[in-house]
Amino acid sequence: MSSEKSEHSDHILPSGLYWGIWALLIVLTFVTAWVANIDLGRFNTVVALVIATFKASVVVLFFMHVKYTSEKLTKVVIFSAIFFLVILLSLSMADYASRLMN
Amino acid sequence: MSDSPIALEHHLEPHQQHHFVDMEQQKHAASLGMWLFLATELMFFGGMFCAYLIYRWSYPVEFGVGSRTLNLPLGAANTAVLICSSLTVALSIRATQMGKRTLTVVLLLLTMVFGLTFLVIKGFEWNEKYEKHHIPGASFRLSAEDLKGVNVDPQQMQDFQARTQTFYSLYFAMTGLHALHMIIGVGLFLYLTYAAWKGQYGPAYYTPLENGGLYWHFVDIVWIYLFPLLYLIDRNLQK
Repeated sequence: MSSEKSEHSDHILPSGLYWGIWALLIVLTFVTAWVANIDLGRFNTVVALVIATFKASVVVLFFMHVKYTSEKLTKVVIFSAIFFLVILLSLSMADYASRLMN
Repeated sequence: MSDSPIALEHHLEPHQQHHFVDMEQQKHAASLGMWLFLATELMFFGGMFCAYLIYRWSYPVEFGVGSRTLNLPLGAANTAVLICSSLTVALSIRATQMGKRTLTVVLLLLTMVFGLTFLVIKGFEWNEKYEKHHIPGASFRLSAEDLKGVNVDPQQMQDFQARTQTFYSLYFAMTGLHALHMIIGVGLFLYLTYAAWKGQYGPAYYTPLENGGLYWHFVDIVWIYLFPLLYLIDRNLQK
């Protein structure tokens, strides 16, 4: 029990990693605002959402420590939450998109 | 109670509840509960994002017109402010893991300053919307400047304005709901800062701080999506 306990102590991430993630997120914020002014047609939305999803993933993995968690159940909850959000959005849009087809 | 050997063993660690085997199990249970709560929050905001998607699909030009009237520099600045606040949250938890109480408290105070800065900037933006008659309702109107470059049949102007109000309704609902989460977050951090200042958290126990941090990061992520979806759609419409 006592030998286990020392293993359990959470390893502390270097502060440089957090600052690096912060710099990356700030740079991407300016990139996404800058790209929006370039006319890419409908790909403007795609680019904006790809950048947003990348930023969100970085926050979840590093700031929220999901990359370093040993608990598989946490990851199951995250994936199922995203899965159900995708069902909500995709099935609703499948309905509306096909209605306008007629 | 103190005669029982089990009770004795269980009270070696002051923060451990008696129904958990050890601190590790307790921490995992608390973390799992927080993630389940965030999953419900995701579905909560998901409903609004779904409404946004459906109406944007239906009224793309109206959404473009509404979007380009938003204040892009303030929106981008607010995104940066929230990213800074997420950094200070992550660093405050790191400081607690290392047992640095003063640093933890300073970083938590900074987090609240960033959170309040976000709300103040948001307030200025909402005030600008109020002054420009962009709040849905009886006095809503789009100026010639707002409609520059968009061909709208004068006879259908009323319908066009009504549809554009849908964008603003969603804008206020989504940013309002997000701002409410920020206000709750600042309140939460007020308590966490007090508890950290009292020395309740340290390397052995900082679960409330960690779960509060998860909430804060989640609210940050919601804004990471709100910013491009509300501010950055069809900026090129103005050309």
